[in-house]
Amino acid sequence: MSAVTTATSQKLVLTSAEKRRRFLFGVIFLLIGALIFWLFALESHPGQYTTFGMNPGFTSEAPEIPDLTFPTQPVLYVLAFLSLFMGGWQLARGFKSIGVMFGIVFGLFVLAFLAWAARDSAFNLVGMLQSTLVRSTPIALGAFSGVIAERAAVINIAIEGMMLAAALVSVVVASVTGVLWLGLIAGVITGGILGLLHGVMAIQFKVDQIISGTAINILATGITGFVVKRFFIDPNINDKFNHSQIFPPVHIPLLSAIPVIGPIVFSVNVLPYLMFLVLIALHITLFYTRWGLRTIAVGEHPKAADTLGVNVFKIRYINITLSGMIAGLGGAYFTIGRVGQFDEAMTAGRGFIGLAAMIFGKWTPIGSLGASLLFGFADSFQQKIQILIPGFPSEFLLMAPYIITMIVLAGVVGRAIAPAADGIPYEKD
Amino acid sequence: MADVKNNAKKEKNGNGFWRRAWRAMLIPILAVVVGLLLGGVMIAISDPVVLRGLSPSPWLVVSSGEVDPAIAIDLQTALKFHGNELQVGDYLAFKRGTGYVFRQVVEEVTDRDTQIDFARAKDRAPNLEAGNVAIVLSFSDRPLFVFEAAGRAVWQAYRALFIGSIGDPQRIAAGWQTATSTGDWLAFREAMRPITESLVTSIPYIFAGLAVALGFQAGLFNIGAEGQIAIGAALSTYLGYSLTGLPAVLHLPIALLGGMIGGAFWGIIPGYLKAKTGAHEVINTIMMNYVAFRFMSWLLRGPMQRPGAGKPVSPFVLESAYLPTLFGSPLRIHAGVFVAILAVIFVWWLLYKTTIGFELRTVGTNPNAAKYSGMSVARNIVIAMGISGALAGLAGANEVLGLNHFLAEGFSPGYGFDSIALALLGKSHPLGVLLAALLFGTLRSGATSMQSLAQVPIDIITTIQALVIVFIAAPEIIRWLFRIKAAGEEEKTVITRGWGS
Repeated sequence: MSAVTTATSQKLVLTSAEKRRRFLFGVIFLLIGALIFWLFALESHPGQYTTFGMNPGFTSEAPEIPDLTFPTQPVLYVLAFLSLFMGGWQLARGFKSIGVMFGIVFGLFVLAFLAWAARDSAFNLVGMLQSTLVRSTPIALGAFSGVIAERAAVINIAIEGMMLAAALVSVVVASVTGVLWLGLIAGVITGGILGLLHGVMAIQFKVDQIISGTAINILATGITGFVVKRFFIDPNINDKFNHSQIFPPVHIPLLSAIPVIGPIVFSVNVLPYLMFLVLIALHITLFYTRWGLRTIAVGEHPKAADTLGVNVFKIRYINITLSGMIAGLGGAYFTIGRVGQFDEAMTAGRGFIGLAAMIFGKWTPIGSLGASLLFGFADSFQQKIQILIPGFPSEFLLMAPYIITMIVLAGVVGRAIAPAADGIPYEKD
Repeated sequence: MADVKNNAKKEKNGNGFWRRAWRAMLIPILAVVVGLLLGGVMIAISDPVVLRGLSPSPWLVVSSGEVDPAIAIDLQTALKFHGNELQVGDYLAFKRGTGYVFRQVVEEVTDRDTQIDFARAKDRAPNLEAGNVAIVLSFSDRPLFVFEAAGRAVWQAYRALFIGSIGDPQRIAAGWQTATSTGDWLAFREAMRPITESLVTSIPYIFAGLAVALGFQAGLFNIGAEGQIAIGAALSTYLGYSLTGLPAVLHLPIALLGGMIGGAFWGIIPGYLKAKTGAHEVINTIMMNYVAFRFMSWLLRGPMQRPGAGKPVSPFVLESAYLPTLFGSPLRIHAGVFVAILAVIFVWWLLYKTTIGFELRTVGTNPNAAKYSGMSVARNIVIAMGISGALAGLAGANEVLGLNHFLAEGFSPGYGFDSIALALLGKSHPLGVLLAALLFGTLRSGATSMQSLAQVPIDIITTIQALVIVFIAAPEIIRWLFRIKAAGEEEKTVITRGWGS
């Protein structure tokens, strides 16, 4: 299915499917360019100016830099032209890395949308980028949780339920003890316990992993809903058990003083930092340690790994428990990282979006982070547009992360291959 | 060896329909029983009275003022109404056997004395009168008290469940008396309301359960029933209020058909994506659910909003599109029950008596075998998701056309998700689904009265369902609990095969 390069010439010989794909993307790029032109460039007037705020709304350690003000219409024409140009190039000669180019064109469209929406007014770009990072944290953690489980060939669809349960436990513990870190640890442990439960059902009892994951999701929804309605209805109890502080932002000394990047990345609270830590730890252990390579082996060909002396069951148990713990960390974000209290069903499908990010990221930690940033961007984009364009039907924007997930899964941006033994219980014989 | 013995046993006992049915139903029944037991535990340990009894400061308070021994107020009621306002010196009545024991609040106690004599009691509570009983609740009293309170809590909860779902036998008998003697059926109908409500609640479960079960038989995990129900309901509502001047004979079937088409459309999309790209239907159907919710939210605040209403509700469906009720008020049971039974028969016929059904089941059991024998796996996946979605859409249509006659947000209390447990409980067989749906309808209908009468949140049912799923999916747990030997067949419920294909 891949293209063949002959030794003598640089000309690629494409299959008809790939030719179709190239044509399709070229048309898409052209369409996007046309949309930018008609929807945005033509709808703006020559006298309008858009301002992209380059300074965050809060006090930061970075020096103030001037906001980026530019005339709306000319810039929109330029963006439209760039997009059309790329469409033409794609049709004529084709890009090597279609996924990246699509990302760029899509980025142009988003920029155009923002520029048009903020015509004659200002829009805090830095604020939105920081919000993107923060909102992608639970999705990324969900994706990492999925990666570590699925690399060992255990489908973990219970990430959503683990996050929900951890969110509740962490806020209750943080409320009662007054110590946020205890709440965080409690959330991680909760996730780990649910992960172990999923593991026992999937590995020991060989239950279908989707069923056992769904059961955990339903169980978590039921128990958390039960607790909220049975206990938190009483305002006294709610105050005591469901009212905690939130992790404050931590400004990293030197780095948060970098203009633009500093306030976005280095002035957030501890949870995104932990997310980066997990990212680095996961990447290094998965690809550079013995344990990680064994995990990958177990995921691709457990039989072979077993004959080489790897304990398949032990690795799967460890991985699924770790997966639960990471999901628990992600769940804690919703309560003690953001609002300080638990509401029913507050995870709103982020666990599943995390799984989609994992698939988009081709089961690698760094890829998953990239995909999660995309989803987080959709999330924060939707919120900003609601402010900029009051009458805009926000429901459609709220749909966007889910639709993007489906498009991603459909392999529009590249086919995704799961670990070979994914979902199959291992039988030792 | 065990096989030979088992086979011999089977031959001796016969392998007839009833025996097979019993074997098939045993584990699901036990799973529900264990689920209810665990639910009872949850109810007990979350009961405020029980928690009070377990707390470190064991003093108890009850109603103030003089207490006539003939009028007893039990602790739970008293705590409900009086809470923190009660004072030392107030009385508490415990039901012991057929009588009551009075206890008076003396003060907080941390020592281990079980009884104090009158003189000492008077010391602590000056307004104690001779003839009153003053015993402070000590540690040795507590276990008994806690168990009693726990038992009472569970009994009240499940009694409320029974009354709410099936009815009060006394009321039914009384109603029957009145009806046969005076010819007025109102009292009887009112007494029969709980059980008919359970039936009414079961109807959407039947449809949704059939939808998910059909999916399972084809090897597909349709978690999108919730969204399919919503879209089916939306389309049938729209047809119900916008097509004027049609006779009921035409209007009702068209509206129902609209529900099926809406649901089928919503189901085919993830089905097609799976068939063409291998994208796993679990995530896609879940995403479609969220999209459906947002879409319905927009519809009910925009194009489909009832003019003049400030809330997100649709216009009323015209009477010509109603599913008629079968008896007089207050019974809500409507003709949808016939549609549901028809659906059960249809799905059974489709799965076991037609070629399409055979293909679907083969694709579900072994897609490779299906492919090599010439069946188009992709086509069957799309067909299965389409029919599954249509059935779910019917559930939504039923709710709108038979019950509320308009569409509002959140009209479906999780039918789609419950139906997963349902289909598993019914082992994906239409008859099993019917029985399981009746059970779930009964449980859910009783749960609302459990919530109002015993303050137990409805989510207990969700939790019990999750437990039931776990027990069905891992029958070894039940087998181990009840020492049932495996029947010899390997009962692994493996349904899916990973993310891509």
